Amino acid sequence: MKRFDYIRAASASEAIAASAHPNSVYLAGGTNMLDLMKIGVARPDRVIDISRIEGLSEITWQDDGGVRIGALVRNADLAYDGRFARTFPSVAEALLSGASAQVRNAASVGGNLMQHTRCAYFHDPASACNRRVAGSGCDAREGENRLHAVLGWSEHCIATHPSDFCVPLVAFDANVEVEGPHGSRDIKLWEFYSLPGSTPDHVTALQPGELIVAVKIPAASAAFAPNARYLKLRERTSFAFAVVSCAAALQIDGGMIQSARIALGGVAARPWRCQGAEAALIGVEPGREAFEKAASLALADAHPSGDNAFKIELARRIMVRALTLAMEGTPETMPALPASPFPSESGARHVA
Amino acid sequence: MSLSISTIINGEPRSIAIDDPRVSLLDLLRERLDLTGTKKGCDRGQCGACTVLVDGRRVNACLTLAVSVDGAEVTTIEGLARGDLLHPVQAAFIEHDGFQCGYCTPGQIMSAIGLIQENHAGSDPERIRELMSGNICRCGAYQGITEAVLEAREAMSEKNRSDAA
Ligand SMILES: Cc1cc2nc3c(=O)[nH]c(=O)nc-3n(C[C@H](O)[C@H](O)[C@H](O)COP(=O)(O)OP(=O)(O)OC[C@H]3O[C@@H](n4cnc5c(N)ncnc54)[C@H](O)[C@@H]3O)c2cc1C
Ligand code: SF4
Ligand code: FES
Ligand code: FES
Repeated sequence: MKRFDYIRAASASEAIAASAHPNSVYLAGGTNMLDLMKIGVARPDRVIDISRIEGLSEITWQDDGGVRIGALVRNADLAYDGRFARTFPSVAEALLSGASAQVRNAASVGGNLMQHTRCAYFHDPASACNRRVAGSGCDAREGENRLHAVLGWSEHCIATHPSDFCVPLVAFDANVEVEGPHGSRDIKLWEFYSLPGSTPDHVTALQPGELIVAVKIPAASAAFAPNARYLKLRERTSFAFAVVSCAAALQIDGGMIQSARIALGGVAARPWRCQGAEAALIGVEPGREAFEKAASLALADAHPSGDNAFKIELARRIMVRALTLAMEGTPETMPALPASPFPSESGARHVA
Repeated sequence: MSLSISTIINGEPRSIAIDDPRVSLLDLLRERLDLTGTKKGCDRGQCGACTVLVDGRRVNACLTLAVSVDGAEVTTIEGLARGDLLHPVQAAFIEHDGFQCGYCTPGQIMSAIGLIQENHAGSDPERIRELMSGNICRCGAYQGITEAVLEAREAMSEKNRSDAA
């Protein structure tokens, strides 16, 4: 690891001022940043520890029923917050399906949004990677690319965004509140992540020095609580990133779908909102036929970027299944295996 | 640049000069404080061998900067037993054969203590397995580990009940 100066910021403004120094990074839980520093992918001169900043660790309910989640709230604390889990059950489920209990105890909300792709070539400083070094090429194109993007990719980069948390967040119209050298602003999470195009090194809408201070979910999204699920397909039962995942939520009244929210994870450089599929579900009877139609629509523009054509069919099926689970209703208690396609009623069902 | 941190390690207040901010909590414990019970497996958050409690929460010491535990309380495997009297989770691991080579065991035990305190698994083996999934055991001692956690949880809640009485 390259040597760096360590600065502990006491306030957001102190952190932002400190970041004017070239080649500075923010450090929250450190579960992604330290990992990248160890393998030489991140080589900052200055590390600004934001984890002690006061006032960024609160979950605040707005008068209208929306929620503002401080950027330093730990992933575990958010997922287990009673009111949050009742109001946004699929967001809690997505959080609990990510990483391990230890990582979730350390990982922050802001860090989760800002975590980097798990593309193996991005993680290997000896490989060509346009995202890490602009213009150097993309070794994933001719390499191990089973798990890479099928939507929104370009010939310059086929990486995916790895977060689970962000998938239901994007479905629920979350906003990112940032503070920077020129004041504060809100950015829609959907617009927060750039598609790679010809500049895959531009990953998010954050300008130099900007700090995420909160994530906000609007009150209207709470109406989906009775029928909201997150489903995540992994290569092992637990403690693995998504191959594909889907957040699905419905409002059903009088046997008809009034409103739908759908997003896919693991398929693109950003959590992929499926507004076309949502629109196709309005006013129709919930059920297999409607869900299959919506899922086909959602994946209509998908193309394999390598050895990953299977992910398109998988994403279609996981969406049908997530919508079906959402229709059946949010479970009373968090499943033992959150977001898992395996049955998870209580009891010793799996061989240890 | 030298940074000085104050921390309580296994109940003992310590003031430690850190001459290099790159030192992880794991390397601080193992290389500088001679607390080698905490193990290094992957050094990247993927195996759980380095699990310790920071202010009572289980975290991966390999992904924690030593300077960041300034003002915090750290508990490692060395801080559990009182002389020859083992912590209930340690005793249960022996009782249920919760290990083979033992390399992952300090991390498993610290993680199990964190899990029991968090209290989200109850006595459901499926939930225990899921919430212990951050601890990998190459020897595959998972059956015994789950049984040990179940029993230790019982023993600890009985102890709490009798302490309260
Ligand atoms: C073994 C392992 C398995 C994992 N599995 C999963 C998984 O299955 N699903 C999943 O979703 N995630 C998974 N993760 C990723 C994990 O969720 C992230 O590492 C974590 O959320 C990052 O949060 P942090 O606070 O530790 O961020 P840090 O590591 O501190 O920072 C990460 C990045 O965010 C930036 N940053 C942090 N806070 C802010 C802020 N407030 N404003 C601006 N920039 C900021 C940092 O500069 C850095 O670039 C896994 C991680 C590990 C190590
Ligand atoms: S897919 Fe993107 S992140 Fe991966 S090597 Fe290519 S440019 Fe880099
Ligand atoms: S050594 Fe820390 S998780 Fe493997
Ligand atoms: S006992 Fe050998 S790795 Fe777990």
